[in-house]
Amino acid sequence: MIQHRETFLENVAKQLGRPGRTSGVKRPVYQKSPQHNVMKDHSKDELLAILKDQCLAIHTDFKQTTHDGIEKAIDEVLEEYKASSVITWNDPRFDAYGLSDFQKRENVDVWDAGKESRSIELAERADVGITFSDYTLAESGTVVLLSNKGKGRAVSLLPTYYIAIIPKSTLVPRMTQATDAIHKMVEAEGARLPSCINFITGPSNSADIELNLVVGVHGPIRACYIVVEDR
Amino acid sequence: MPMKIGDPSFDTRVEKGLKDTFMRQAVTSAQERLKLAKGKAEEELGNWEEWRSLSEEIRAHTLENIDYYLHQLSENVSKNGGHVFFAQTAEDANAYIKEVAQKKNAKKVIKSKSMVTEEISMNEALESVGCEVIESDLGEYILQIDDHDPPSHIVAPALHKNKEQIRDTFIEKKGYTKSSNPQELTLFARELLRKEFLEADIGVTGCNFAVAESGSISLVTNEGNARLATTLPKTQITVMGMERVVPTWEELDILVSMLCRSAVGQKLTSYVTGLTGAREEGDVDGPEEFHLVIVDNGRSKILGTEFQAALHCIRCAACINVCPVYRHVGGHSYGSIYPGPIGAVLTPLLEGYDDHKELPYASTLCAACTDACPVKIPLHEMLVKHRRNIAEEKRTTLSETFAMKGFGLVASSPALFNMSTRTAPFMLSPFTKDGSIKNGPGPMKGWTDIRDFPESKKERFRDWYKHRESKKGGGSK
Repeated sequence: MIQHRETFLENVAKQLGRPGRTSGVKRPVYQKSPQHNVMKDHSKDELLAILKDQCLAIHTDFKQTTHDGIEKAIDEVLEEYKASSVITWNDPRFDAYGLSDFQKRENVDVWDAGKESRSIELAERADVGITFSDYTLAESGTVVLLSNKGKGRAVSLLPTYYIAIIPKSTLVPRMTQATDAIHKMVEAEGARLPSCINFITGPSNSADIELNLVVGVHGPIRACYIVVEDR
Repeated sequence: MPMKIGDPSFDTRVEKGLKDTFMRQAVTSAQERLKLAKGKAEEELGNWEEWRSLSEEIRAHTLENIDYYLHQLSENVSKNGGHVFFAQTAEDANAYIKEVAQKKNAKKVIKSKSMVTEEISMNEALESVGCEVIESDLGEYILQIDDHDPPSHIVAPALHKNKEQIRDTFIEKKGYTKSSNPQELTLFARELLRKEFLEADIGVTGCNFAVAESGSISLVTNEGNARLATTLPKTQITVMGMERVVPTWEELDILVSMLCRSAVGQKLTSYVTGLTGAREEGDVDGPEEFHLVIVDNGRSKILGTEFQAALHCIRCAACINVCPVYRHVGGHSYGSIYPGPIGAVLTPLLEGYDDHKELPYASTLCAACTDACPVKIPLHEMLVKHRRNIAEEKRTTLSETFAMKGFGLVASSPALFNMSTRTAPFMLSPFTKDGSIKNGPGPMKGWTDIRDFPESKKERFRDWYKHRESKKGGGSK
């Protein structure tokens, strides 16, 4: 439902001193587009090196492993964080990356689209939430997560710690490549976007008290990125 | 909290600010750190000026076609099952928000940081229908539990408070028992607020940018509170100033990049969240109902005027962080929830000159604000335009009117000008002590009340220049 739009927009057009516009506006060809030149010809390895450096700036732990080493890498992080309970997305990539046994462990829950209250409750109680990254931005050290019914928003938010598994193939230079892809989704499908697209850059933090940085506010208090070589 | 805050008198507010030594030190050090961080972020990006030009172009195009983009935005929100309410005034917006709260039988509302909800006094409106409204941004939360102390900075609202004051507030109001260590204070707030998030019926957010092409809204935060407010409660209400729209995700990229770098020197903040409609079929979290309230509240009056570019503002506070006047008087002196240079430009535009005629003068016109602005708003030029408007409406102080009239008369006659500059040291001698003027008359009073003015030189510039030229002889020819 849309309320009071006509009078509101008529007034706007009147203030602009022209007839109202509801169609026919084209975006200009902007004179500059510096965003496309950032790390333009970087290889995946160069992007990976930049991501690794950026992790220092955003207080995020960093690990790199092969396809076969991934479960061991997760266990190392769990041990370091002294964490036991885990919740993961219900995402076919866990299977594709050989983590279906991991998901069957007793202390690991998988986001369940069927039972609403329980999934949120489990995420709230879990020590660690684990998701895959859909796009990974080297420049800022950001993982981009597109929600769907198996990929709940709460998994990367409610647990005390957060682990993002980053397939190396998801690395791109910066936000530009992710927003371009999202823009293409809008144009192509004409359908709706995922209801929640998160750009996550490390753990939550605040500097609201005397501008002192405190890591860990409402979201996770510690985060780790595990980069995995693709098969 | 309405837009206007604090003591009604500008002079009283400024005097209070100047006497608050902690606040002034805190502001000085915050400005230094934020300026440094922004400078570093600019350098890392390399061609900052190109990014600024692009940002300006995007904002100018969007505002020129704002009706088109708001129409497109509302169509797409509606297509995704959301509700859109266009609110001409603060009262219209509050009436709708109250109606939603009552329909949902809401008792508890959790909010993430939003300047526009402050502007329209939304909290008071919701409280009037029996809702408890809880701020979840750490800075806003501190202010709220401290008997609604007003914010003093648009990005760091509790900048004027030190950690001991915050600890004392937590002890008094929330039974806190630990130290003034920011880490401990923050952890305490995290635990208290987590419970509130889980119980809240409605989450209210502001909106950094809405994306017209997909009907999405974006929230730029570090703490994660905006994510919680849009993940747990069953109903989400997002309130946005009508200018806060971008055409597509491509423009969102540019403006979010500029916002994060300019506000806090981060490449991206911890969370940039793009939300499209309510939850989808099968989703377990996220709101079941989504309402977008688009607020005018005086903004449309600015369209089509010489001040239109003020609506380009992306609320990064970079202008505030470089302003020498803000540095000395602090945020509360402006008497508006929008302080600093952008506040001095915007507040009189939204609320008129009557209550805010001093604000355009709370500036040295040094133009640091204009240079800092990531979307190139000519802030200091706008302050001059305000001053011109005010002078034309004869709202200036009497002593300035006399001084300007006097200067006009004197300056129009070379003989009088010559005489007045010769007599200045003599005329000011009663006010001069140890080589500086401590209690100047008329228009000098405002300056000398809080700092000294150097004594007038016995030798005038005109004489010094003539003397220097004659010493150079013909050599310079």
